[in-house]
Order: sequence, then C-alpha cells, then structure tokens
Amino acid sequence: MDWRRFAIIVFVIAIMFATVVMVGSSQNSPLLIITSMLATTIAVATPLTLGALSGLYCERSGVVNIGIEGMMLGAAFFGWLAAIYMNTIFHMAPIVSLIVGVFVAMLSGGLFALLHAALSITFKVDQIIGGTVINILAIGITGFLNRQMFFGAGSVFGGQIPHAPGVLPRIAIPLLSKIPTIGRIFEQQPITWAALILVVVTHFVIFKTRWGLRTRAVGEHPRAADTVGINVYRMRYLNVIIGGMLAGLGGGFLTLESISSFEPLMTNGRGFIALAALIFGNWTPFGAWSAALVFGAAQALQINLQFFRELIPPSLAILQNSYVVGLAPYILTMLILTGLIGRTIPPAADGQAYEK
Amino acid sequence: MGHAFVKRLKELLNSLLVPLLAIITAIIIGGIIIAIVGGNPFAAYLGLAEGAFGSAKALSETAVWATPYIYAGLAVALAFKGGLFNIGAEGQLAVGAVVSALIGYALPGWLHTSLPWFIHLPLTVGLGVLGGAIWGAIPGALKAYTGGHEVINTIMMNYIALNITSFLLNGPMRDPNPLNLSAKTPDIAVSARIPPIFPGLRVHWGFVLALLIAVFVWWLLQKTTLGFEIRTVGANPDAAKYAGINVKWNIILTMGISGALAGMAGVIEVTALNYRHELGFSIGYGFDAIAIALLGKNNPFGVVLAAILFGAMRNGGTRMQFMTQIPVDIISVIQALILLFVAADAIIRFIYRIRPGEERLVLTRGWGG
Amino acid sequence: MVDDTIVLEAKDITKQFPGVLANDHVNFDLRKGEIHALLGENGAGKTTLMNILYGLYQPDSGEIMVNGQPAVIHSPKDSISLGIGMVHQHFMLIPVFTVAENIMLGEEVVRYGMVLDQKTVARQVHELSQQYGLEVNPDELVEQLPVGVQQRVEIVKALYRNAQILILDEPTAVLTPQEADELFVIMRQLTQRGVSIIFITHKLKEVLAVADRITAMRRGQVVGTTTPAETDEHRLAAMMVGREVILTVEKEPAKSGEVVLKVEDLSIVDERGVEVVRNLDLQVCAGEILGIAGVQGNGQTELVEALTGLRKRKSGKVVLSGKEIPELHPRLNVEAGQAHIPEDRHKHGLVLGFDIADNEVLCTYYQPPFAHGLQRDFKAVLNNALKLIERFDIRTPSPLLPAKKLSGGNQQKAIVARELSRPIKLLVANQPTRGLDVGSIEYIHRQIVDMRDQGVAVLLVSAELDEITSLSDRIAVMFHGQIVATMDAGKATRSELGLLMAGANPQEQAEPPSEVPTPEPG
Repeated sequence: MDWRRFAIIVFVIAIMFATVVMVGSSQNSPLLIITSMLATTIAVATPLTLGALSGLYCERSGVVNIGIEGMMLGAAFFGWLAAIYMNTIFHMAPIVSLIVGVFVAMLSGGLFALLHAALSITFKVDQIIGGTVINILAIGITGFLNRQMFFGAGSVFGGQIPHAPGVLPRIAIPLLSKIPTIGRIFEQQPITWAALILVVVTHFVIFKTRWGLRTRAVGEHPRAADTVGINVYRMRYLNVIIGGMLAGLGGGFLTLESISSFEPLMTNGRGFIALAALIFGNWTPFGAWSAALVFGAAQALQINLQFFRELIPPSLAILQNSYVVGLAPYILTMLILTGLIGRTIPPAADGQAYEK
Repeated sequence: MGHAFVKRLKELLNSLLVPLLAIITAIIIGGIIIAIVGGNPFAAYLGLAEGAFGSAKALSETAVWATPYIYAGLAVALAFKGGLFNIGAEGQLAVGAVVSALIGYALPGWLHTSLPWFIHLPLTVGLGVLGGAIWGAIPGALKAYTGGHEVINTIMMNYIALNITSFLLNGPMRDPNPLNLSAKTPDIAVSARIPPIFPGLRVHWGFVLALLIAVFVWWLLQKTTLGFEIRTVGANPDAAKYAGINVKWNIILTMGISGALAGMAGVIEVTALNYRHELGFSIGYGFDAIAIALLGKNNPFGVVLAAILFGAMRNGGTRMQFMTQIPVDIISVIQALILLFVAADAIIRFIYRIRPGEERLVLTRGWGG
Repeated sequence: MVDDTIVLEAKDITKQFPGVLANDHVNFDLRKGEIHALLGENGAGKTTLMNILYGLYQPDSGEIMVNGQPAVIHSPKDSISLGIGMVHQHFMLIPVFTVAENIMLGEEVVRYGMVLDQKTVARQVHELSQQYGLEVNPDELVEQLPVGVQQRVEIVKALYRNAQILILDEPTAVLTPQEADELFVIMRQLTQRGVSIIFITHKLKEVLAVADRITAMRRGQVVGTTTPAETDEHRLAAMMVGREVILTVEKEPAKSGEVVLKVEDLSIVDERGVEVVRNLDLQVCAGEILGIAGVQGNGQTELVEALTGLRKRKSGKVVLSGKEIPELHPRLNVEAGQAHIPEDRHKHGLVLGFDIADNEVLCTYYQPPFAHGLQRDFKAVLNNALKLIERFDIRTPSPLLPAKKLSGGNQQKAIVARELSRPIKLLVANQPTRGLDVGSIEYIHRQIVDMRDQGVAVLLVSAELDEITSLSDRIAVMFHGQIVATMDAGKATRSELGLLMAGANPQEQAEPPSEVPTPEPG
C-alpha cells in the first residue's frame, strides 16, 4: 500500500471526524466526540472488513465474487433465525443462542459460497452472472421465509416476531479499556474483534504460508500451478467457501451484534462497498481494512450528524438530512473506483474460469 | 431453401428448449418448497394462473406489470450485447420517474399556462428518458475513461438515486396537500398522461409502445452499423479497436441508450399508470431485469416473452397470496431459480440429457485495473 | 554419453480431441543421456504427446513405461515423482512471484507445517545454480527477467524436482540464434550428467545441430526416426510435410518506387512507463518488402500497434503516402490505404463469435456498398464474403459459419483475404504465419510477394528468421526498441543477423567465443 493512498485515507477520515467535532463541540468535548466516532467507525466497518476479506480469499484464488451482498443477507437472516429458534423454541440462554446464531450465519455464508463455487468453477458460468444469481436467490429466500415464518398465518411463531435474544455483549480489553474517555474504543463486541484479528491472520496466511502461495498462484496463473501438480479446482473451491464463511460472519454482525432484528434488504449495498474496499486496498488485507475504515467513518459521520442534528448551523442545513449525508459512502466508492487515487492490479487470472 | 428454413426452425426450438425447461424445473422446485412449508402447490399455482390470465382484468394487469419489465429487460439485454453489465436499471428507472413526474406536475406552473398534450407529453417523456440516459452514461463514462467497473458503479448509482429520490419525495417534491400522508408527488397534469387502451382496464398505450421499442432495439442491434459496433465492442473490444471503432464512445453510448430504456420504464409508470411518483414502487426491478434479459437470451423478442412471464408471475402472485396465504415472495424464489437454471444451463442439460449447445455467455473480464 | 537403456517409452498412444485425432497409435522411446528431437509442423501432435507424458492429458489408449516399469500418470504430480520435468513453450512462471517462489511452488519447504521457508529454498536454488551452471537469482521477480533467464528458471525448476527426463517444448522460439546455441551447450552438459532430453521443435537446422536422434510426426502419426548423419534438411522437411517442400520462396528482384511509409523519431512508452521503442526511424518504399528481424519482446509488437493506430505514441511521426497520420485512429490508417495482418488473430484480427461474412467487412462495414448511413446491406456483405472465400480458397461450408469454427490456417486466410481485397498502398504483416501448417505458410508467403510485385509497400515483422531472410528485400534488425542495423537482404548472413538481434556488434565479434561450439552449416 503506497504512501499516496494511505495519506488520502487519513485525510478523508480526518475531514469527517473534524466535521462532527465542529458541529458537536458545543455539546460534548472534542475528545469524547472523537472517541465515540472512532469506536463507532471500528464497529461499523466490521461487516465491510469481513466482506472485503471474503472477497480477498475468493479473488486471490481467481474467482470474482459479487455475491457477497447476498451471502451477507442470507447469513444475517439465518443466523438471526437460529438464535431466535434456540432462544424461543429450545429455551436456551440468550448468549448460547447468539453463539449458535453466529455459527449458523457462517454456515449459511459457506453454503451460498458453495453454490457460487459450483456455478463458477464446475459449471463455468460467467462469475458476475453467478454472483447476481446468489444475490437474487438470497433476496428471494430471505424475503419469503421472513414473511412465512413470522407473518404468515400458520407460521411457527404465530404471526408475530418473537422476542429476539438481544445482541452479543461487549468484550473489554483488560487494562486499556479502563483508560478514561478513550477506553471505550477497547470495548468492542466479539465479531468486531474477530474482524480485526482476521485482518492480521489473513495477511499472514496469504503472504507467508504455503496455502497463501498456492492460492495466489492459482489466481495469477492457474495453468502454471496445474503443471506443478496443484489442484486448481480444489484450491478455488476451498478459498471461495472460506470467503463465504467470512461474509457470513459479516452478515451475522448485522443481526446478532449490531441490532437484533432483521429487515429485508438490510445489507443495503455493504457487500458491494466491501468489494470497492478490496479493490482500493489492492487486494491486500490491510489495504482493504483501511478502505473499510473510511466507509465506516462515513457511516459514523451520518449517525453522529443525526445525533447532533439540532446543532448543525443553518448554512450547512443540508447535512441535517440523513438521505443526503447517507450519500457519502456511495459517492466515495465511485470516486475510489475511478482510480484517481491510483490504479490497482487484480490477480491476473481473476474472473476467468479455468479449463484444463 | 426449404431445408435452410427447417434448419433455422430447429435452431430456434433448440434455443427455446433450455429456457423452457428451466422455467418448468423452477416451478416444480417452487411447488416442492410450497409443499414443505405446508401449502398446497396446486392451489397455489392455480391461484397464480387465475390471477395472471383468468379474466380480462387479469390479462390487463399482467400487461401492466410486464410493461416496465420489457423496458428494463431491453435495457439490460442491450448492455449485455455491448459487453456491459448494467445493474443500474433500478436507479435509471427512478431518475426517469422523478424527472418525468417533475415535468409532469410542475411545468405548467413554471410557465404559468396549461399546455397542450402534444407539447407536454413528449417533453415529459423525453426529459425523463434523458434523465435515465444520463444516469446510465455516467457509469459508462467512468468505465470508458477510468476503467472503473460498471458493476459496482451502477449499483452505487442505484443507491444514490434512491437516496436522492427519498430526499426529494419527502421534501421539495412532496405533495403539499394536507391530506397527503406518504412520500409522493402531486398528480401530473392531464396533458402529460398516456391514456389507457380500454376504458375500465389499466392496460395502457405504454405497453404497445414497449412492444414497438422492442422491435426498434432489434432493428438497431441487428440491422444497423451502430448495432454492429455495439456488438463488436461486446464480443471483442480489441478487434473493435482494430476495426476503427471508438470503443470509449461506444461504451458511453451503449450505457446511455441502456439507461434511456430503463428510464423509460420509470417514465411509463408515472405517465401511464400512476400519474405520479411514489416512494417504494421500484424495488427489485434491477435484478428482475437481469433475470429477464438472461432468460430472453439478450434477444429483444425473448426479452418481451420473458417480461410477460415475469409480469404474469408477479401479478398472479398477489392473487395467489390472497387465496392461499403463500407469501408472494415465493415468486422471487422461483424467479431466482429460473435465473439459476438459465445461467447454469449445464445443470438443465444434465438433468434432461440434452447435448451441449453453443457458446456460454461470458462477460467477466476481471476488474480492469 | 548415450547408452542403450530406454528410460521412457510411449507405446501405441492414441488421443482423440473433438474433430481431430491428435495422436494416432504413436510409439516413441527415449534412451538414457540422449537428446531426442521430436519434429513436426504445427498441429502434428508433438505437444499433445508430451502433455500426455507429463500428465496433463490422459491417453485414450496405450501405455507409458518409465525405466522399464509401466507408469500410471494421472497428473503432473505423478510424472514429477517419476522424474519427468517439462519446460513449456509458453512459460509456466508466475510473473509477480520471485524466482524462488516459482521454483518451490508445489514442493514448498515449510516450517511448523505451513510457514514458507524462503531462506532454505534460496540456498537450495543457489546450490543447483552452481551445480549446473544455470545462473539464477532466487530473489528477483520473474516479470523483470529477460526471456532467456526465465527459461533457465524453468529448467532449474525441473531440476529442483530431480528431473532425470527433461521435455523442452519449442525452447528456441523466444531466443536469438546465439542464445539458442548457449541452450544447446546447457543441454549437452545435462546429458553428460545422465539427464535424458526430449526436444520439440519445427526448426530443421536446430535438429540437425543438436539431436542424437530425430523422430518426425505428421498429422498425429510417427513418420519415422533417423539420425542427423543419415538425413538433411530437405529430407526432414519432406518427412514433416509428406511431400516435396520448396524451402525458399521464389521471387523476382524488387522494383521499388517512392516512399510509402515514413516513420520519424518514434518513441513509445508502455503501461509501466518503460520506454519500449526509442527514437525509431524507418521507411518502406512501394514494391519492396522490409523485414524487421528481432527476438520477440524488443518492441516490435508496440511498434506495429503504434503504426496501425492501436497504441499511443510518446512522440514521433507516422507518414503514409505523404499524409501524416494522427495516433489512435485506426480508421484513418485504413482509409489511407493501409492493411494490417495482426500478430494475434484472435485478439485483433477476428471476432470469433461473428460469422465469416461480418469478419470480412470488419474494417469497412460502414462504407458503401456494405452500408448506407445507418442501414447495413447484408446482400452486399454476403456477396463479398462469397467472392473472397473463392478467391482466397478459404475452406468453409458457408460464409455464415462463425469464425471460431475455422482452422487456424483458414482463419488467417480470412484475415488476409479481408486485408488484401481492398485497394492498399501499405501492408503491415506481423507474424503472419505463426502457428500455421506448411501449406498455409506457403500460400500466405505467395500472397505477400504478389502484393509486393503489384507495387504495395510491405512491412514484415517476424520472429522466424528464415521467414525474414527468404521474403525480405531489405532487413532491419530491432533490438531494445531501436533499429540497430538496416541492410540489403542479399548481403545479410544468419550469424550476423543473430548477433545484431542479441544486441552485439558483429564487427567486434570476428571470432566466436571459444566455449560455444560452431554448429555444422545447416
């Protein structure tokens, strides 16, 4: 990741933080605002980070995956459903239900990914079409089951949404979280911690291990890998499934950690923004994570400006409108893709089905 | 000569075979899902058919549903022919709707006069379509000049259009009538409306126009030099450059025409059906349009047929839900399955033991970094 | 030293692909320590046989014996473990990896079961490097290495896996004559250590220079096996093609006229900012063939693309028939009378998914009679295609057949037909006969000479030195983006051209260096 890109990221994040500080400083201390923004940014960036990591494993092995959005949506629903089932039907404790939900979310992501892998690798369907199929399938299935299970007359839950078992609790880092004011940053929920850890783990796996070397080989020049005895199909299948599970974890964040209810289409484009983050980060874990932070900051900006609505000076009244501020992530994504901030180079065989 | 005709006919039937089987298989699987959740598949599909074709009103409603699908499907199909993924039909549609609604209800006020329909209507439609064209051309230009992949950019434009529309419909463009409780515009002037074909039924001339536009798109793609250029860029951009075609301009033009067609879908909904624009009517058109384009094999006439099928399913689905309590979302699942089988036709060929056909559609060329 | 132990034997191998019988009951054997050349023209089945031996394909029938034992080879893993290594014609190296990473891929040395041990591998590569005299630096990125060095990496890669049998597929396609000689020296050294080598090629001179035995294949069958002592170029060519082959092109001396193409001070920068063509000047007159000789990768591709409007120029002028042509406007080039037979017929030359008729008007579809304004005239397009199919003998049942269904030779003929059927002043032909069978090659050479006799200026670019020397009236040698010499074809010698292609100065190389054996005159 080169200096120019890094500088731009820091600059953009600083501007967003500064805006909120300026607006809210009459009500709260700048340090409090910055801390709150930072904590929110890290949390909100979690599904984007996981989505980007998901895309990384897939694309480094040569499979384009635009179905991350659908995988997240499906996982958000099924994880949430599982948690509710555990809690309401099997009467398990909320924390247990939620943990089961997380595993089900990852499993759901993995299964959707298996479908995408089969379509792309075995049936050699165009990978973008395959990803679109995943997205449409996820929207249809979650919409159908959501209505059927909770709103349909003969449904299991008798036509109303049962009480969800809440969200995953925060885990605090022992000493650091005790620091006054700033300590809040070090109290995050499990999936958020997991995302941060996975960024480091992924960097290590992709660049320092045999698995990573073979994955990258298969994504750059599958025929060369084939000629030294590496099973291209197997590597791609496994990497796509890993990616699916990570996307599933990202989806689980939405309904098990962030809020405890499911809305149709709640992913709202995060899967695609995650892809943009991946592209911007040049298909590296740390690069993608920093781009995800930018988007996270944009969302934190939106949330905090709503919180401080009354304090927004009339000259900037347009900022009061959440729709307008909500444009930020999307416009940012498009700007990033223009490559104004530097062209990036995907794995050479990304998107091409391998024919022996 | 007769021999060539029979051969052509056989080719045609062959190419229809897989989509047909895909639909049938998806319906069967849908029926199984219905049965699993405790419903009666036969009653459900009966309700569906009744709702779609069972009366003059049903047919009219099917045509009403199908109309925007035809426009949006043509938009996506044309883009595919040009080698481009237009996933932004939804946003282009929304822009078309918003612009035409604005011109429809506000223009007489701005000019302090009422307008005759032969001025107002073409302006309303034309500017709405232009709005859609611009919304499509922007990602096209980004792709042409910066290499930014149109998949992500068109999706982003969708969300931007959605946000802007929400802002406008809740704010400056909101119907000021104190009885109005929802996010919608005032009704458009009578001079900007497209009339229905039969009194009492909702089916309107926009449907007929859609069929004509399908023929136009076919003519454009197959019979003109411009269509040749679009298809060449889609088939092999390097050879297109070699042939002297200005590939960058071509991409922008293709996306612009595609956006115009999708915008038309929104324009028609406003000027021919609802006579205003309301929030929330267009969710899902974008992905449906992709399914329709692929089911129709990117051929304008196939798109019309696929659009009518999807329109029938959506229309019949409401009646099905009313009669059997099966959520209308099962239609989405069935449509997703249809798309799945059409895209991975190898699955259908395997199930039904059909020999392999012609080239698969492959458009992905990586992110073009 | 060659002894008589048979280390590898293919018995009765048959392999059928859709539409073509690639290997038809092929028998082939390899003795220990020998260099056995497998000769045949493009499409004869040599690479298929080797891919079977290496495990990339499975034979439909037949068996393989390694060191006397029947061998089961389902994948490259099996063949590698049997000591078979292969260096492919298009390198199987990953450009963004280092040399060490490429070498260890698939045989990685790991600590703790998964962490790559780069240091150990670097050391092992160093040792191999010294042992066999194959200089490679483990830490360099492959994409920055010159082609000759990349080939060395491929060989080290095979040796790292203890290959005792080495298959080299068209290894000299990307080398200068001098580099090819160096490769032959390396091959001899390897055989002295007991490695047995199969060497695939279609170049007759090489085969006679270095092989112990020669097996010729034609249309999937083995035609015969012989030794250099018992044969010569003519007889080998006849074996390869099945009839008498005229090895040189008959042509009258050139009658050249005024300058048609003038290139002044052309410089081109590639996507990575590297200057690939530097201040290049050249000119071609009507009625002459200027051949540009050079090893692939010295800027020829970029030069031709810039000349024909497919690539940006950093600076310089291109003047066609007195008119200066702006960059990136291929249509202006065509309208000024230029024809271009592109290097990559699938990339630039044809739209494979379209039918032949549309491909024949690819550059002229917008002009009358093929179109009037927006409306295309399909009758005119069809008639044009029918005429061209007849005139240029393109083998196809119908002009409406998709171009991808044509054979390579017929595809190239279709392109030639399109380009030569317009009234033209300049023909730019880039690798016009690459990958084609001898019949198509002869035909296209004939067409090029005919054009020249009719007064067209011809710019011929080819990596096949024989093609350049037999067709050209004047020869220019390109090295590192510059023309380093221009001369009359009659005055050029192969060794002089080879030295120039390698960037050496023939004046300084009066004596060949002592460790390179002087090959027998072919």
